[in-house]
Amino acid sequence: MSVNATPSIVRRGLADRVLRRGPLEAAATTIIAAGVVMLMQPFSLTLYSWSLATTLFGTVMFTIVSKVRE
Amino acid sequence: MNELSASSRITYRAVMVRPGVARRIRGLSDRTLAWLFITPTIVLLLAINIFPLLWTIYLSFTNYRANRANVPTIWLGADWYQSILTDPDIWAAMQVTAHFVIWTVVIETVLGFGLAYLIDKKFRGHGMWTTIILLPMMLSPAVVGNFWTFLYQPQIGLFNYVVAFFTGRAASSFQMLGDVTLSPWAIVIVDAWMWTPYVMLICLAGLRSIPDYIYEAAEVDRASKWRQFWSITLPMALPFIMLAVLFRGIENFKMFDMVNLLTGGGPGSTTEVASITLKRAAFESWRTGYSSAFAIILFVTVFGLANIYVKALNKVKSR
Repeated sequence: MSVNATPSIVRRGLADRVLRRGPLEAAATTIIAAGVVMLMQPFSLTLYSWSLATTLFGTVMFTIVSKVRE
Repeated sequence: MNELSASSRITYRAVMVRPGVARRIRGLSDRTLAWLFITPTIVLLLAINIFPLLWTIYLSFTNYRANRANVPTIWLGADWYQSILTDPDIWAAMQVTAHFVIWTVVIETVLGFGLAYLIDKKFRGHGMWTTIILLPMMLSPAVVGNFWTFLYQPQIGLFNYVVAFFTGRAASSFQMLGDVTLSPWAIVIVDAWMWTPYVMLICLAGLRSIPDYIYEAAEVDRASKWRQFWSITLPMALPFIMLAVLFRGIENFKMFDMVNLLTGGGPGSTTEVASITLKRAAFESWRTGYSSAFAIILFVTVFGLANIYVKALNKVKSR
């Protein structure tokens, strides 16, 4: 009688773990939220100036990563 | 015999007419038929949504003025964007918007969830109370803006008399809409009054979606009501609360009608939210290119928030 010693859990690389829809969508969502906060915060005009670029980047990223595999 | 031939002739004619139309329809594939049905909608969408959006994006890079349409249009690149994103006045308008959005969302969420929690207890007459609570939501913002203007009148307004009754201050000693400090709160109060019922409805849907057996299991484990609230009710209703927060956040970010009717952005620019600034640039200063760039900045923000909203919605749907 032989015992199968092959582990049932397949080890995934870092790229496999990170380049999935869930974490990427979470990252895009965080960037969008940061952009909105930057737009409306009362502390720094520089942050306000970069808010559109940040929100736009997050939105484009979200649109792209929502097509990535689960 | 003649009768028979006449009837067969009629039948023959009918058979001759029908296959022509039927064959033409039958010849179309399901895919073509689907396209045939959705084409009017797509054309309408392109005409009233997509084309104006693309046209606004184009205008935002030019010096176009709607009141001087004959003047040659000059391409300015990203000059308007740079101007808006370094303008302290626009930044101030964004902070006014932030004050309005944050406070309305916080108040509406806390009150809305509280009301939903009470209504969910199904006490006697809860149906009638639900209807009464929902009434403000059913009114038009124009009507609400107008009658709250009367309620806020320092001489005859009911609001001032209620505040005077509870605080002891003279009713005519303060103006909710005319005071620099009070006017931002005046619009927050009206929006919270109108839209708390909406948040309540969403939260109520969340609370009603929690199965009873979870509470029964918690009772068996002798969990206190406080523990049940923090460990069952709140976590399970959280996606719905998030949905309400995002929805009200997006709506209030582009709020125009109620603020315009109540204060018109005044006194000074203390209640000048982004949409009021946009309207002034577009239809009072007639800086169409500039206002287009501003509109695109607001659009990108709302579009970004809408993405988060859709993600939250999918999370709720997957439950």
